[in-house]
Amino acid sequence: MAQTEKYVLNMGPQHPSTHGVLQVQVELDGENIVGAKPVMGYLHRGIEKLMESRTYVQCVPFTDRLDYVSAMNNNLGFCMAVEKLAGIEVPERAEYIRVICAELNRIASHHVFIGSLTNDLGSATGMIYAFRDREKILDLFNIICGARMTAHYIRIGGVAADAQDEFLRDTQKFIDYVPEMLDEYNKLFSGNEIFQARMKKTSIITKEMALKFGMSGPNIRASGVDYDIRKIDKYGAYGKFDFEVPLGKRGDNWDRYMIRMKEIAESAKIIQQALDNMPEGPYMAKVPKVLRPPKGDAYHRVENTRGELGFYIVSDGSTKPYRVHIRRPSFVNLQALDTMCKGMLLADAVTAFATIDPLMGEVDC
Amino acid sequence: MHSGILYSLGQSLREILTSLIGVPILVDLLMTIICATILLLIMATSALVFTLGERKICAFIQVRIGPNRVGPGGLLQSVADMLKLMDKEDIVPRGIDKWLWVLSPILLLVPSALIYAFFPFDDGVILADVNVGLFLLIAITSQTVLPFLMGGYASNSKYSLIGGMRTVAQMLGYEVPMVFALMGIVMITGSLKMSAIVEAQSDVWFIVLQPLAFLIYIITALVESNRPPFNIVEGESEIIAGPFTEYTGMRWALFFLAEFSNLMCIGILTTTLFLGGWHGPDFLPGFCWFWIKTFLCVLFYQWVGWTFPRARVDSMLSFGWKVLLPIALINVLLTGVGIYVYNVM
Repeated sequence: MAQTEKYVLNMGPQHPSTHGVLQVQVELDGENIVGAKPVMGYLHRGIEKLMESRTYVQCVPFTDRLDYVSAMNNNLGFCMAVEKLAGIEVPERAEYIRVICAELNRIASHHVFIGSLTNDLGSATGMIYAFRDREKILDLFNIICGARMTAHYIRIGGVAADAQDEFLRDTQKFIDYVPEMLDEYNKLFSGNEIFQARMKKTSIITKEMALKFGMSGPNIRASGVDYDIRKIDKYGAYGKFDFEVPLGKRGDNWDRYMIRMKEIAESAKIIQQALDNMPEGPYMAKVPKVLRPPKGDAYHRVENTRGELGFYIVSDGSTKPYRVHIRRPSFVNLQALDTMCKGMLLADAVTAFATIDPLMGEVDC
Repeated sequence: MHSGILYSLGQSLREILTSLIGVPILVDLLMTIICATILLLIMATSALVFTLGERKICAFIQVRIGPNRVGPGGLLQSVADMLKLMDKEDIVPRGIDKWLWVLSPILLLVPSALIYAFFPFDDGVILADVNVGLFLLIAITSQTVLPFLMGGYASNSKYSLIGGMRTVAQMLGYEVPMVFALMGIVMITGSLKMSAIVEAQSDVWFIVLQPLAFLIYIITALVESNRPPFNIVEGESEIIAGPFTEYTGMRWALFFLAEFSNLMCIGILTTTLFLGGWHGPDFLPGFCWFWIKTFLCVLFYQWVGWTFPRARVDSMLSFGWKVLLPIALINVLLTGVGIYVYNVM
């Protein structure tokens, strides 16, 4: 009499497809997944605690290390929270440069998404194409601030340096290249039969589930929930730009992929508008050398590449924050992994993980 | 009765040996040993060439440069790779089934080396031109499943075990359509002999007469040799490396060698069965045509492999059973009808 039993497979923390150091305890029945439990903490550096012993200005570089593939967005979130707390007015030119950088970084981050997704689907070629184009954006960051990934370019009160003509010109060149780039991706993967078979109707998250999990970003929009902080809060200069929020229908892997492809085009649209209407003026507000925000607290949220990134800062009137809490979108989105994997095959666990697109630096904080 | 440089070279070598030794059995034995050595050398060289070729071609497809540091233009890269593999520590994990684990890579190499005996490289140049050549070929290639399963079972690792089980599943699902696809060729040729199959293509290649079988064959060949997009056995993003997750150094290199040997095998088989083997215009000798076609086939398989993402296990198996097998059966039927009509006319 044949006997079968379920077994637990520890995927990670050393596994080629966990995008960092996540461990997923997958309970398997043959190749069918019964449950998937993410175990995190391998990249925990205690950033929230570290911030308590640094001045506000010194805190900004830590935010680069949260979601290290979209550092600009994190800088933006933290700086805006501090500005809210201290009541600093940011010059308009700085707001525009911030938007350009944040949107460029969103595209770069989606490149990482496409690259790692195709790599996890077994096509290393896709990864190289996406990373080739991401390199162009990193070069742009190199021009504007001298750093590629952990930029630390957006500072409290504005940006670190003015955007040079070279940067604006090269950005325009990149924006002109975006349609051609998306076309190439569509030819290489989107139209591929195997790619579609693996993405469509797998790991579905319904609208209700997505809301219940508190998901945000492209993941919740793929399930059909119109939730984009850029549209809702219109923070910074985002109110001045005309762009659309792409929405999905089914909430499957394919939708989560297509949303991001469309978002790249939308981001390019925003950057184009910002480039065309770039105002002149100072790039930095007058911020006191020693920043002492008044007693109180402030919460500011921005639309990070992965969802709603919120910074809650409590000030006791000194030069250092009393307490910082970070609402990390990856951490919240990762909850859905178990639901997404149940009833799927082992190969789908990797795809599901890739389409949630969590970043372990952000999950563990 | 045969012509060609390779054949006459072999004949003169045989004459020299006969005049030196005289005993026919000893001469036969010596000739066989020489042939086998040459075949093994071809296999080893092909692994070296294909390592570099694969890396360069893959780099070209992936808009990269590829190895260019070791030797002129990176030509010695594969030698450096081999030296590195030999130099590596031989790690034997705890809790393994020692004998099965050690035997698995060695046993894997045996069938991949053995089938070279049945390849007609040129007119009359074939080590063992047996009457059931094609049958033996298929029988031997399907043996590669066993070492994979052995390695997967013996490694005491869940990733390896999943990989091992996948091998069995895919072999069952794809061996059958492949055999039925090749049935069409056998029906037309009326023989399982490899030389007869090539001989039958002197006028028309079987790719023209058997286009359906050709399509089925290239898909099943990719599966049989674990090439992407059907490399679910290795599945590096899901199960690390499947059955050879726990192997290092030279043991791993044997798996690697077998993989490249298999890649060349499917190239050679595609050439022999569908592309007319050594037939070609007269300005080049037969074996040149043979190798040109083989390399083009290998290039094609690599191109496919580096472009597509990996298929999922369930869709792959249902494709094998529900799509390829019926098409292969229809092909057999159509071929039968075709032969009947041809004979009546």
